[in-house]
Amino acid sequence: MASSSTPKYNSNSLENSSKRVRTLKDGTNWEQNEEIPRLPGETRVTDKDVIYMCPFNGPVKGRVYITNYRLYLRSVENDPVVILNVPLGVISRIEKMGGASSRGENSYGLDITCKDMRNLRFALKQEGHSRRDIFEVLTKYAFPQSHNLLFFAFVNEEKFPANGWMVYNPMSEYRRQGLPNERWRVTFINEHYGLCDTYPSLLVVPYNATDEDLKKVAAFRSRNRIPVLSWIHPETQAVIMRCSQPLVGMSGKRNKDDERYLDIIREANGQISKLTIYDARPSVNAVANKATGGGYEGEDAYPNAELFFLDIHNIHVMRESLKKLKDIVYPNVEESHWLSSLESTHWLEHIKLVLTGAIQVADKVSSGRSSVLVHCSDGWDRTAQLTSLAMLMLDSYYRTIEGFEVLVQKEWISFGHKFASRIGHGDKNHADADRSPIFLQFIDCVWQMSKQFPTAFEFNEQFLITILDHLYSCRFGTFLYNSEFLREKERVTEKTLSLWSLINSEKSKYTNPFYSKELNRALYPVASMRHLELWVNYYIRWNPRIRQQQPNPVEQRYMELLALRDDYIRRLEELQITNNSKISNSSASSTSPSQMVSQVQTHF
Amino acid sequence: QEIHIKEPIEKEVNPRLLPGELLLCEASTVYKYMQEDGSNRGTYGKLVCTNFKISFLDDDSASDDNEPQFKNKIVGENDITLQCVDQIYGVYDEKKKLLTGQLRKYPEKLIIYCKDLRVFNFCLRYTKEEEVKRIVSGIVHHSQTPKLLKRLFLFSYASAAPNYTDGRNQTVMFETLEDWRDELERTKGNVKYKAVTTNEGYRVSEKLPLYFVVPICISEESILKYEGRGIPIWCWSCHNGAALLKMSTFPKEQDDSTSQMQKAFLDGIYKTISKPPYELLKLDDLSSSLPSLQDIQTAYTRFKQLFLIDNSTDFWATDVKWFSLLESTNWLEIIRRVLKKAIEVAECLEIQHTNVLLIEESATDLCCVISSLVQVMMDSYSRTKSGFQSLIQKEWVIGGHGFLDRCNHLHKSEKEEAPVFLLLLNCVWQLVQQYPPAFEFTETYLTVLSDSLYVPIFSTFFFNSQHQRDTNKSGESLKTQSGPFRFLTVWDWAVQFDPKAQAFLNNPLYAEKPKPDKSQRKTARFKHQRQLSLPLTQAKPSTKRGFFREETDHLIKNILGKRIGKFINSSDEPPNSLREFYDSWHSKPVDYHGLLLPRIDGPEIKVWAQRYLRWIPEAQLHGGGTIATAAKILDLMEEVQSLQVKMDEEHSQAVSGDVHSVPMLRNSARLSSLFPFALLQRQSVKPALPTSTWKDLEDEDDLVKRDDEFVDLSGDML
Repeated sequence: MASSSTPKYNSNSLENSSKRVRTLKDGTNWEQNEEIPRLPGETRVTDKDVIYMCPFNGPVKGRVYITNYRLYLRSVENDPVVILNVPLGVISRIEKMGGASSRGENSYGLDITCKDMRNLRFALKQEGHSRRDIFEVLTKYAFPQSHNLLFFAFVNEEKFPANGWMVYNPMSEYRRQGLPNERWRVTFINEHYGLCDTYPSLLVVPYNATDEDLKKVAAFRSRNRIPVLSWIHPETQAVIMRCSQPLVGMSGKRNKDDERYLDIIREANGQISKLTIYDARPSVNAVANKATGGGYEGEDAYPNAELFFLDIHNIHVMRESLKKLKDIVYPNVEESHWLSSLESTHWLEHIKLVLTGAIQVADKVSSGRSSVLVHCSDGWDRTAQLTSLAMLMLDSYYRTIEGFEVLVQKEWISFGHKFASRIGHGDKNHADADRSPIFLQFIDCVWQMSKQFPTAFEFNEQFLITILDHLYSCRFGTFLYNSEFLREKERVTEKTLSLWSLINSEKSKYTNPFYSKELNRALYPVASMRHLELWVNYYIRWNPRIRQQQPNPVEQRYMELLALRDDYIRRLEELQITNNSKISNSSASSTSPSQMVSQVQTHF
Repeated sequence: QEIHIKEPIEKEVNPRLLPGELLLCEASTVYKYMQEDGSNRGTYGKLVCTNFKISFLDDDSASDDNEPQFKNKIVGENDITLQCVDQIYGVYDEKKKLLTGQLRKYPEKLIIYCKDLRVFNFCLRYTKEEEVKRIVSGIVHHSQTPKLLKRLFLFSYASAAPNYTDGRNQTVMFETLEDWRDELERTKGNVKYKAVTTNEGYRVSEKLPLYFVVPICISEESILKYEGRGIPIWCWSCHNGAALLKMSTFPKEQDDSTSQMQKAFLDGIYKTISKPPYELLKLDDLSSSLPSLQDIQTAYTRFKQLFLIDNSTDFWATDVKWFSLLESTNWLEIIRRVLKKAIEVAECLEIQHTNVLLIEESATDLCCVISSLVQVMMDSYSRTKSGFQSLIQKEWVIGGHGFLDRCNHLHKSEKEEAPVFLLLLNCVWQLVQQYPPAFEFTETYLTVLSDSLYVPIFSTFFFNSQHQRDTNKSGESLKTQSGPFRFLTVWDWAVQFDPKAQAFLNNPLYAEKPKPDKSQRKTARFKHQRQLSLPLTQAKPSTKRGFFREETDHLIKNILGKRIGKFINSSDEPPNSLREFYDSWHSKPVDYHGLLLPRIDGPEIKVWAQRYLRWIPEAQLHGGGTIATAAKILDLMEEVQSLQVKMDEEHSQAVSGDVHSVPMLRNSARLSSLFPFALLQRQSVKPALPTSTWKDLEDEDDLVKRDDEFVDLSGDML
């Protein structure tokens, strides 16, 4: 996130602090006054002199300010000024290091582990319990859920011109897809979350299945997450359905209603082909799930379906993988044997498997013309990754800024990806086995696609990084809680702001200048290690040594050319007007300015 | 194995021959597989071998509607120059066997791996036995067995073709005393260094160029004494007067008194050139501070193998462990070490104001790599096309790099083979991709330059030294009445590419240097150096994964070990000054016309995808890759240019002739990422799917087996 407004070292530009920071010619940023940035509704809690143990530049003397939203550090020295600007929401763990009797310089203080691939370490004076206050204040405001406090999102008083809560309306999104139609209907059976408390209230199901049928199917699907429509192909009418695993169990139970329901889905696009079921898990895990009552669709029970396992690992494997990744990039980038270290984290292999799975889903729907059912165990982690990525590949609408917001809102937020559990918002239990970087992995996959197709996405890298930053920050209500049901209970849309308000109010910042709109073109990334890259600008962004040039020179050149073109067009028009008046009306052949312009624009 | 294709139609297709090119053997009804999908699809045609190339001729190649935008006029898509052949395999009963010399049995299939990483598969099952014998032994003989220099196609071509050198070529060839003097003047090195004529008639050494530059204080006798060995030869002068020098060492001497004398001689030389006005001198023995040529050759041999893909299965099988495979070749690590070394040298010149003397046995291999890289990094002229070409002339072609031996063009000895020049191009590519606006040329330029190593119509890469070229130029020319041969230079790009294709060599992002404003330049370039250092509390040198630690240690050990410490002031220099130099430079905005330092952290060193992946269909991104953005820029530039022309017309001025030609792209949104090299446009929109994926997580068994969340669902069923 090294934007031009970023203060120099190891700092975070989450906030629009640029108003106060002006960039000097040598790239150093100076604060014009001592005041720390504050959002409306943000209140100062405490401050203290500390030594920030910067892993890149050594100890930095500074003053740390803690508010109910952030930790802000400003160095005493001005050359260069070191600023840390960390929303408390990114904090995963706070530890005391050293005791009152610890010897050695800077051995007494706090060690803070963050969710965004960094650690912060502060040394404090040993005298007079100076550490106790700050530890308590930090713990309280970083983990409000564990202290019966509100998330900052509920006290945030920011105002934005755009209202992000208006971005996603399930009804209009389904209408955009051409639904309902004669084969698919909208059902309100889950209006009060009675059928399934982790699903949205509005669902699209086969026209030929009654609400009674749905209830019967729900009994056979884990957590009642029945197969419902995510996306329909405008031409083939093949659909992407999502659900959870069937409750087959050790004894191999069958359920006639589920079997019939899947057959209705298969027939709905009018093709005679089989229904394709993608089980995101490795087959061993799917089999093992039978022991706890789960399982997969067996051949005997579902003769009209073919089942494929996509071999994507569980949330625990992903969490460990990210941990390993952090080990090799923070604070120092593993230098010797970088490639084999990277390989040993398996992070990119997981990305490859997720992308490969999504490509298969998309290709089946698009060229195989067969409807597809996707599930994993509960259908809120791997399933969300697969359906949303496949939709991104098939539907160019989701590659726009608003379309992507709709996609996240729909496939992730409304379908109950357990953001609260996976991220651990405001929760002090840092070792919770429910935490896992599933959404980060999805955003990484999107980044890989945008890297491979730099003109296909309306949004830029900054957009993705901003989403990830506010996944943790708790400044917006967007990613809070585990389900739509709980969000409604907490009245999130009334009491908090949406992240999309921030983004849509300043769209140009998140727009990719190279974007060319292309309708209905399937976009398949190449899921080969030859093309997959570590997302350095995200995972290694705190390291000042590894930093991409900002602004991107290629982008800059393009913008210059655009400006030049517009300037030429303007000057040409002026010239032609003056020339025309000089020649008066004698020459009829001279082109008029408007003709000129339209001629030029046909290039695009 | 069945092959489904139409009956072969034997049309008389004749190879297009260059002047001096002779048809040696041919075979008809040869079936060429398309690499594309691992199926047996392909085309029938004629396989021929000439004294220049191996060529496959099919009926389709005649049609012009699929004319590629980027076409080489000398080497077509189905042509392989004899020097470009890397390895030839024969397939006997499904088994691959390397073909080298005499053959007893003839294969059913012929696989040719090329040095530019193309792979050709020919089926000979439908070819007459006689023809198989002739073509296979012909190809193997002409491309794989030792050759005399005079049998290189270069000579036949030069004697048959009326070659006129292109007058507009701005490359400095460094063949004349003038060229060297101009270069001295350009770099302001002429105060302390002089161009000498001592080697006229090659009386000093056949390895040294006719003219070269040494410190003014070096006498002619000393140059003559040991055939130029032990003499510091000037490469380049930095703006602050510090110079980059190179020196070849004495051969290992058995005789003690001789080596004593040599040592005394060297001490004398060092003394002379480290006295004022000369800067302090730092020595760097590259043969001990960099990987050996052997290491480089081994690494590259392994590395290129990763890209010579037979089929789709092969591609996905190697994909699973791609990173560790890459690492095990060591090629990227060598690139990193070379770049690091160049940064080290740049720091000595720029910050410490010391002269740097690169030492190597012959001073024509790693010396060339390091000195060229340093100049590319420090001298923005070397980042223009003509500047880069002049640099290659200066350090490599005239500098005496043994291209003939290192490329093993004559198949004389594999021991001498080492891709030293390719190593340089790989390093320069890292800089090109890290700093796109800093170079006047594109990566495509570097790729076609690397391809030109194997095109024997240019003399540039086909001699070991200026002496060898000069003597062979005139030698036998008495027989042909045309007088001395006139060789072409590779820098005459018009020989290979028409103007439209040449446009792909020019970087549209290149920001031309603003007109020099003398008053400003000095402050801009000199003054900031000391401010670069971080005024923060000094970081303790990072312990575990020290960035430059090993290297600096190495340097000091090297230098001190050689007992020439008295010429060096490095002892009081903090060991992390280099790291500080690197870090502080990177913390400033980049001046594309100033000093340029490569980023060398693990994730920053990349595979030169264009050169190495360009023929692999699985790696193709339809409508993606960097070409997608480049195409948008080119479109816009074209538009701006047409607007400019219109403006000029409106001003009723004469048409301005100085318009840089811009490549024309059509339907750019659908270009392949392999553009301009993708020959096979895949029509299908089927995505490439891995056929073998990795599942193995041996060390995390317990985690793998767990489910996402521990909930017993069977309870719900009761």
